[in-house]
Amino acid sequence: MTDNELIWRISGGSGDGIASTSQNFAKALMRSGLHVFTHRHYPSRIRGGHTYTEIRARADPVTSRGDGYNFLLALGDSFARNPKEDAVYGNEEIKPLSENLDELREGGVIVYDEGLLDPSDIPDFEERVEANDWHVYPLDLRGLAREQGREVMRNTAGVGATCALIGMDLEHVEDLMSDAMPEKILEPNLEILETAYESVLEEYDADAHDVTVPAGEHEEQQVLLSGSDAISYGAIDEGCRFIAGYPMTPWTEVFTIMTKNLPELGGISEQVEDEIAAAAMAVGASHAGVKAMSGSSGGGFALMSEPLGLAEMTETPVVLVEAMRAGPSTGMPTKPEQSDLEHVLYTSQGDSQRVVLAPGTIEEAYEQSRLAFEIAYEYQIPAILLYDQKLGGEMLNVPKSHFDREPNADLGKTLSEAQLAEQPHTPDGKFHRFQHEADDGVSPRSVPGQKGGRYLATGNEHGPSGHINEDPDNRTAQIDRRLEKLEAIREHLDDLGTQTYMGPEEADYGILTFGSQQGTVAEAVDVLNANGHSVKALGVSDMLPFPTAEVEAFIESVDAVLVVEMTASGQFRGLVQKNLGRYGEKLSSLLKYNGNPFEPAEIVDGFESIVVEGDGLDSSTTTFVPAAGD
Amino acid sequence: MSAFSAIGEEREIDRDEYTPGVEPQPTWCPGCGDFGVLKALKQALPEVGRTPEETLLCTGIGCSGKLNSYLDSYGFHTIHGRSLPVARAAKLANPGLEVIAAGGDGDGYGIGGNHFTHTARENHDMTYIVFNNEIFGLTKGQTSPTSPKGHKSKTQPHGSAKEPVKPLSLSLNAGASYVARTAAVNPNQAKEILIEAMEHDGFAHVDFLTQCPTWNKDARQYVPYIDVNDSEDYEFDVTDRVEAAEMMRTTEQALYDGEVLTGRFYVDEERPSYQEEKQAIGEMPEEPLAERYWDDDYEWERSYDRFLDKHA
Repeated sequence: MTDNELIWRISGGSGDGIASTSQNFAKALMRSGLHVFTHRHYPSRIRGGHTYTEIRARADPVTSRGDGYNFLLALGDSFARNPKEDAVYGNEEIKPLSENLDELREGGVIVYDEGLLDPSDIPDFEERVEANDWHVYPLDLRGLAREQGREVMRNTAGVGATCALIGMDLEHVEDLMSDAMPEKILEPNLEILETAYESVLEEYDADAHDVTVPAGEHEEQQVLLSGSDAISYGAIDEGCRFIAGYPMTPWTEVFTIMTKNLPELGGISEQVEDEIAAAAMAVGASHAGVKAMSGSSGGGFALMSEPLGLAEMTETPVVLVEAMRAGPSTGMPTKPEQSDLEHVLYTSQGDSQRVVLAPGTIEEAYEQSRLAFEIAYEYQIPAILLYDQKLGGEMLNVPKSHFDREPNADLGKTLSEAQLAEQPHTPDGKFHRFQHEADDGVSPRSVPGQKGGRYLATGNEHGPSGHINEDPDNRTAQIDRRLEKLEAIREHLDDLGTQTYMGPEEADYGILTFGSQQGTVAEAVDVLNANGHSVKALGVSDMLPFPTAEVEAFIESVDAVLVVEMTASGQFRGLVQKNLGRYGEKLSSLLKYNGNPFEPAEIVDGFESIVVEGDGLDSSTTTFVPAAGD
Repeated sequence: MSAFSAIGEEREIDRDEYTPGVEPQPTWCPGCGDFGVLKALKQALPEVGRTPEETLLCTGIGCSGKLNSYLDSYGFHTIHGRSLPVARAAKLANPGLEVIAAGGDGDGYGIGGNHFTHTARENHDMTYIVFNNEIFGLTKGQTSPTSPKGHKSKTQPHGSAKEPVKPLSLSLNAGASYVARTAAVNPNQAKEILIEAMEHDGFAHVDFLTQCPTWNKDARQYVPYIDVNDSEDYEFDVTDRVEAAEMMRTTEQALYDGEVLTGRFYVDEERPSYQEEKQAIGEMPEEPLAERYWDDDYEWERSYDRFLDKHA
């Protein structure tokens, strides 16, 4: 995309306040009428290290971080301000400049903190500036912040300088700062913001470069949400009032948002000893008649395998969230990957029955969080919401009206005491909770404390009243009934149409993807068609039960398909082939597993070299295209 | 009619109500101590005034895990070591329920040891019965966490090199507010202790000595036992942590020396339960959360009403 857009990257060390500063600036851009999309990149450490956030702002809707960026605000690393002056932390203080340059577009702008960073430490800096027509503005952000308040406020100076250089007035930034900051620090921050803004305009000619803030207007009220926000609000709107968890990046975001909000709504949040307890507690609360969830990331979810199976066998509804990060084992805690797909599909023993939904966008994260609860409670089955660090952490503006709908506290097929009295019971009064006769495999349940509803829930195979039963006929009937649910759920999901189609209806080629790569694929499809190719794409949301017929029809309708995913072993492609049983000859993979999500241009390049040039049509070929600078 | 009319119902309760009439019959071996737990529990529940339908019994895996197959209440037979997190969540979701968790010494002190210490620490208002027979029974006689040092089994053929877990001391130090030990061979004391445990407002841990005549023939049958609360030889204040700790140490050593000391070892009526603590800091509703889902008049709040403005 070459039309008018701002992609602003703020770079420094963890602990520099980059997340909060960029969040406010993104919101200011949204309030000025633009569509915004943020992308976070951070290391697994508390302070220091190379971290950045990108904000992409355009007049038109955005679905990805885009390719490269055009405005760099380079702050120093936290450790440059370490109280021990002689402390040596490698050359991290120059990283905000050196690590970011590869992706800076031609004609881009660089603002750096000359109080902390010295470009003469960077080989060929001057040459690269000249070759790429970059416009460089050295500013003493630290000095300015120190004069007016505290050094840590140099972020604010950077935002003030940015606004001056892109022609954006300070109104929205000031409003947001006033809302967010306590009086004591608001005054100096406002002072710093304005001083930086004015001094840049005095010192420099902002028209010397072409990077400006685009003009835009929203037709309706927007909100800026992360994927983790959307998942949490979906759960709340669907009546979830109990969560138990253990902190693990990046699932912690959902856990903390829920924990912050549930008590206000009369709900309960529990931080517990481990993930086994967390998932078992969600099962216990749900058994007692509450809408409950738990969740984790790969390693923690591994521990939940046991209670997941218990929920399946006892037909206890529960929603588990799995926020993927790069594995195996501890992997890369703050980096996205989609390689827990098979783990989530197949963990736990026996012929398992579960639902796995993988939202592709922030709007879908909200929708499918609601859907996960709806399915779990209606069909008495565990539902897993599978997403990754990218989708959880990125922010996007969404129309507020997207969320304006009815709360749903329906527990699904749960009987009242009056209804229980009519149900079959054993001669000694035990309710036939697991009766075989059911159209969709779901037998209605009771809740402890209800008169006439007592039964035994057990992880062992059991008869209708819940007692342990190893009779072969009962075993077959029970397992068949539980498996029937998946067929009913497939029909339910088909009616909703949860898969996402991108590009023209008819095309020669197709792209298949799932989860957080969907928005990037959408943009790549637009670029490919603009470049004269004929391409459409399908973002698959339902991992289990898989939309076999729909995906088959999509593959049938094109000559060749590129499967895009963030795994090294092609897990999603494997799932497609497992469910379809063929089409291996039609599929090629584009894989990325270096800790960074795809950029649209990488998908465009991959498509052109693998599919169009045809050298990737052999089903055994997989290709990895590293992003520049990643 | 309330959604949970079984909760708080006041009526005469016949102990036979807890006995399943048709299925299943216990599969425990003749002479098993587990029968003693079942009997004591059936006697204690009516005296506490709890009906089968307001009682939720959560068990783990093993011979002990079958307890709720033979006690006719609401039941959740969970998985090995996980009865406590399931039970405490059910209690938080609906505090009106009488929640009891039960498991064996392998289940409770081994695989579920982490949950045991944390449930005690948090002082959840529930009763936890651990069937302690110093052996793995259902898997046919392996060394358990409470088997004595030197215990020989197919999994420890040269004799266990490990000191046994000291459950009473562990429980006290973890934070349980009621700690007792009783024995299947002493039905009257067992009943009294279970009544106290269920009436106690906090985490009540009962280490229940249950002889295993099939796999642990070497073990003492826990007779003769001494009730430390009745014996003049053992004077201590059950509300004093230091004295209780000392008495527990003595007891836990004595068991392996062949002397069975039972009774209440620690009772703290002052400590608020976890539920009360959570309500005091505004993290738990006063009314049972589960009831809200059955209340047609309750107005469910949407995220839209409450939170989205912060994102605008």
